[in-house]
Amino acid sequence: MNDENRSPADAAADAADTSPSSAGRYIGAPFRRVDGRAKVTGDTRFADDLVFPRMVFVKLVRSTVPHARVGAIDFSAAREVPGYLGHLVGDDLPIPFGILPVSQDEHALALDKVRFVGDPVAAVAATTEDAATEAALAVGVEYEQLATIASLEEALATPEPRIHELERSEGNVHKAVSYRFGDLEAGLAEADLFLDDLFYYEGNTHLAMEQHACVAVPEDDDRVTLYSSTQTPHYVHRALTRVLGLPASRIRVVATSNGGGFGGKSDPFSHEMVAAKMALVLGRPVKVVLTREEVFYCHRGRHPVLMSQRTGFTKDGRITAQHLKTVLDGGAYGSYGVASTYYTGALQTVTYKLPRYAFDGVRTFTNKPPCGPKRGHGTPQPRFAWEVQLDKAAHRLGIDPAELRLRNLEEPDAVTANYLQLGTIGLRRCIEAVVEGSGWRERYGKLPEGRGLGLACGSYLCGAGLPIYWNHMPHSGVQLQLDRSGGVAVFCGETEIGQGSDSVLAALVADVLGIELGDIRLCVADTDLTPVDLGSYSSRVTLMMGNAAIQAAERARELVAQAAGDALEVPVSRLVFADRRVFDAETPADGMTFQEAVILAEARFGTLGTTGSYTPSRNPARYRGSGVGSSPTYSYSAAVLEVEVDPLTGLYRPAHVWIAHDIGRSLNPVLVMGQVEGSVYMGLGEAMMEEQVFRRLPPSRSSALVHKMPSLLEYKSPTFHDMPPVTTYLIEDPDPAGPMGAKEVGQGPLLPIMPALSNAIFDAVGARVDQVPIHPHMVLKALSAKDRRYGPRAFPEVDFGPPLHVPTPAEGGDGRAIDDPRHRRTHGIRSADGTMTTREEALRAQHAAGLTTG
Amino acid sequence: MLRLPPFRLRTPSSLEEAARIVAGEGPAARFVAGGTDLWPNMKRRHQKADTVVSLMAVPGLAELRGDTGGNLEIGGTVTLDRVERDERVQTRFPALARAVASISSPPLRNMGTIGGNLCVDTRCTYYNQTEEWRRSIDYCLKEEGTVCWVAPGSSRCWAHTASDSAPMLAALGARVRLAGAEGEREIPLADLYRDDGIDYLGKRPEEVLSRVVVPAEADAGHCRSAFWKLRRRGSIDFAVLSVAVALWQEHGVVTRARIHLGAVASWPVGAEKAAEALVGRPVGDEEAIREAAKLVRRVATPMDNTDFLAQWRGVMAERYAESALREASGLEVTGLAPNHRLVG
Ligand SMILES: Cc1cc2nc3c(=O)[nH]c(=O)nc-3n(C[C@H](O)[C@H](O)[C@H](O)COP(=O)(O)OP(=O)(O)OC[C@H]3O[C@@H](n4cnc5c(N)ncnc54)[C@H](O)[C@@H]3O)c2cc1C
Ligand code: SF4
Repeated sequence: MNDENRSPADAAADAADTSPSSAGRYIGAPFRRVDGRAKVTGDTRFADDLVFPRMVFVKLVRSTVPHARVGAIDFSAAREVPGYLGHLVGDDLPIPFGILPVSQDEHALALDKVRFVGDPVAAVAATTEDAATEAALAVGVEYEQLATIASLEEALATPEPRIHELERSEGNVHKAVSYRFGDLEAGLAEADLFLDDLFYYEGNTHLAMEQHACVAVPEDDDRVTLYSSTQTPHYVHRALTRVLGLPASRIRVVATSNGGGFGGKSDPFSHEMVAAKMALVLGRPVKVVLTREEVFYCHRGRHPVLMSQRTGFTKDGRITAQHLKTVLDGGAYGSYGVASTYYTGALQTVTYKLPRYAFDGVRTFTNKPPCGPKRGHGTPQPRFAWEVQLDKAAHRLGIDPAELRLRNLEEPDAVTANYLQLGTIGLRRCIEAVVEGSGWRERYGKLPEGRGLGLACGSYLCGAGLPIYWNHMPHSGVQLQLDRSGGVAVFCGETEIGQGSDSVLAALVADVLGIELGDIRLCVADTDLTPVDLGSYSSRVTLMMGNAAIQAAERARELVAQAAGDALEVPVSRLVFADRRVFDAETPADGMTFQEAVILAEARFGTLGTTGSYTPSRNPARYRGSGVGSSPTYSYSAAVLEVEVDPLTGLYRPAHVWIAHDIGRSLNPVLVMGQVEGSVYMGLGEAMMEEQVFRRLPPSRSSALVHKMPSLLEYKSPTFHDMPPVTTYLIEDPDPAGPMGAKEVGQGPLLPIMPALSNAIFDAVGARVDQVPIHPHMVLKALSAKDRRYGPRAFPEVDFGPPLHVPTPAEGGDGRAIDDPRHRRTHGIRSADGTMTTREEALRAQHAAGLTTG
Repeated sequence: MLRLPPFRLRTPSSLEEAARIVAGEGPAARFVAGGTDLWPNMKRRHQKADTVVSLMAVPGLAELRGDTGGNLEIGGTVTLDRVERDERVQTRFPALARAVASISSPPLRNMGTIGGNLCVDTRCTYYNQTEEWRRSIDYCLKEEGTVCWVAPGSSRCWAHTASDSAPMLAALGARVRLAGAEGEREIPLADLYRDDGIDYLGKRPEEVLSRVVVPAEADAGHCRSAFWKLRRRGSIDFAVLSVAVALWQEHGVVTRARIHLGAVASWPVGAEKAAEALVGRPVGDEEAIREAAKLVRRVATPMDNTDFLAQWRGVMAERYAESALREASGLEVTGLAPNHRLVG
């Protein structure tokens, strides 16, 4: 293991006797976020706020048919619109792209086919947004319509016509995976109680307040700069390089502050490619601002997932085995879908001891906007199934639902049946906190008819263990520049999407150097100027960027300390960095200002700059597909939700939510609570009302298949009035893997909310809704159903392919599959420039260059 | 963002002039008051206009008077916010205050007017969509198309009435004054509406709704009223069902009743049979209320063109009618009440 892989905590422990120390004032305190004032006053410049001289506007022409070959495109009427400047079609940008190297299936503009209503077909540029709108409406497109696929069931049952001609799969199946971790049948045989349930989780979208926008500016020497509301400037940079066919050095991507992302701005998008191309063609800055409706078409939101979950329990509530099957409705493109498919199975093992586990998953293509990562990426659906089924088991076994979970809690630092290496686990304290806070022991099961409590838990990654493309470079880099004024410039590719990453970055550096936030200048998310950070997704930023920032700051502190220590004639190990001073811990009056120390250091070492970086250590799994789910550590949450239900109408209202989150350590408790409350809010939206659903018109009269309500008014998301009071508990149990012990909070706290609502409704009226969102008519139907249940009633026949058998650690497994014909050793390979994109490419590179560094 | 198409804006300073412009230009001209309905519709291009005639500069149209023989007179361009907050409305016509307070959200009530609310376009989720979206279903009967997608076999449009004040004012027996090029006329508010999603207003296009007159006999001293609105969220949403009831009594016996429903028909449909079932029965007769509520459900024709399952909205028509009648009768109301902020 190289230095890069060591956690700062380890490094600090080793170096304790030789390193200076710091006494910061920010970490752990509710300090004001560095972008707070600008956000509140409106000074933040979002992408749509950018204006450049001679800027023009582009509008995309989107498909009005769900599935068709594109025929002639007629721009003659568009040309007549005053202000019209030009257009682009598919052939102008023929190179495919996609966020995952294995799913390069999108084109900036349709090349031959359109696959859903909203798929971009052409782009027109004009001098004003009004003119661009009129011109776009005037474009005529001929379509030769094809049959459509509207649902996951239809996709499985209808191999032809294929939405994508993929070599590696058949029909309209995008990806199928199948795993057996341990001897499932043996596990089920040990069970006294065996539950077999079906669940359905409807799709929904991110609904970030800011609609996607970008401005592309042509620069000297055939260069182009793209300012975009993206969560992943580095990946957009890579995609643009590919699609524009320009060297990466001629393209600069700057992520503007995102007005919310939630995963919806993590893919490279058509409008970004089109803006950059149009800017190069016209030689003028080009702005594209999507309408709300277009954002619904960009989507990449929650996959609709149908689930079958069979789990065995012993009489005393021990879990013996589980078999989970998921079918995902992926929409029309790959997006992150391969990863999403794995994620619907990967994290079932990290909360409770699950000795044997089988997972089958399949993602289908349908003629709808592509699904992808939304807060919780692929895990809220199976988590819903898991936590509702546990509630059912608790009832059947006569064990309190909180007690059942406590009995099965996974151990800290365990390796799970699917070989995830866990870290600290604060789940026990989370459960205890919400049980205590909600009065669970006194009130659960005892409230009057129509009132109920529901409990559920969850867990999430603190950063994906692997990057999106195959490489071994750091996931995050931070660079510091110390100047004579005592100021520190911090460079990092991280992207502020509202979660507070800028503030965390600044505060970590400030605290290590003992200076103030006002002394820090940030330069972030700029592919020309900042070291790569992979982006704001998978809850990775605080942990990965944070560790990189600490490393860079500690290296800077070391340099400054050497110079200051010599001048003060004090050993470096006795120096303290605090209050913008460097001083002797034993006689604090002996010291100098931070600025004086920096001047001494610059005089001695020359211009001062340091870097830090972070690469996660390898996980113990060695089987194919094991990359998804691994993480440096995991966060945990538990929630109790109280609900009021009217059994005559099915109307219900959450009355209170108690939620506890295992944060490791709060770097800023206000930011952490904001994320927890935001997750509760978003979770309630998914649980109660949000759904990205579609209408197909009667096939005898029309082939239309349209989004039912692509508007902020009709896509229902809760308002202030619908939000119950929330009590938040932050559980601190510092994790050695996290920066100063911190874990993620951006996504995890969403997970318990949906099952907690379903469980609470059961406690209130004794009816189960095994589906979200829970509409009032479902409650009413469940109440009158024989089995007092509303939910899916059938699971289709699915070919998940031959399963990979992986013996569990308890069975003596070594993390490998025993029967994988495709298994090859690929780790430890590095191409010359370190940017191989796929496993195949990696293997080719290995042969070509003979490079192996096992 | 969605862009407004180009149009000419006129701001006449008299009712006659306003009516004359619209009469002269025909269907290419439309009135606008607060614009909270018209502008979004024009942005989505399912309502079109070359000329838009603003009523906001017409003097006297924004008066709210409570002194005309006990009647309440609300000028056509009085904002919803003013109606909701007016002390006379709150004390004398509390259910009207509730209905108005339930409309949309505070910013829209600051802009939206009572005239605009009474003339608000009917709604349907196949229709309140952008030009591009409607192209992808080849439009529908209400605008440019040939089929009603809600009921493809039917030759009419089933778009639902969207106004929350209309059913309440109809139940209270309000009248409206219409000013045309040739002078003014006054009609019962209920007669302003037609059971047709396309031709939903029984007035000539150039007639301005200049005043609403709420009769003294419908005030709290004489009449018991209630307004219940069903929608997904506590704010912003249009009704998917509203129930407005007004009861008159003598010596504890119902002498007259009116029940009108919003959002479950193309007009604020009256439930006459249900109302009749209450007449002659004691106020607060639970049996009579249950009977009436069942009859209310019969006149509701909820369609799959708004939020929630249509059948469930039918169930809710009965439930909410019962709740509204109980409330108006002074009985205890159980079950979950709507969670929007209500006046008082
Ligand atoms: C997000 C949203 C939510 C909404 N929620 C609700 C709701 O919950 N309940 C509800 O009832 N409405 C709702 N509305 C609709 C609308 O805001 C209100 O009905 C408002 O009262 C309309 O008044 P306005 O003055 O803005 O009308 P405008 O938009 O100016 O006009 C509406 C129509 O009436 C005509 N018109 C206006 N004034 C007159 C007049 N004096 N004489 C003749 N014709 C006239 C116009 O030509 C136009 O066709 C909502 C609207 C939005 C955008
Ligand atoms: S009810 Fe039918 S005709 Fe009327 S708007 Fe809806 S789809 Fe169109």
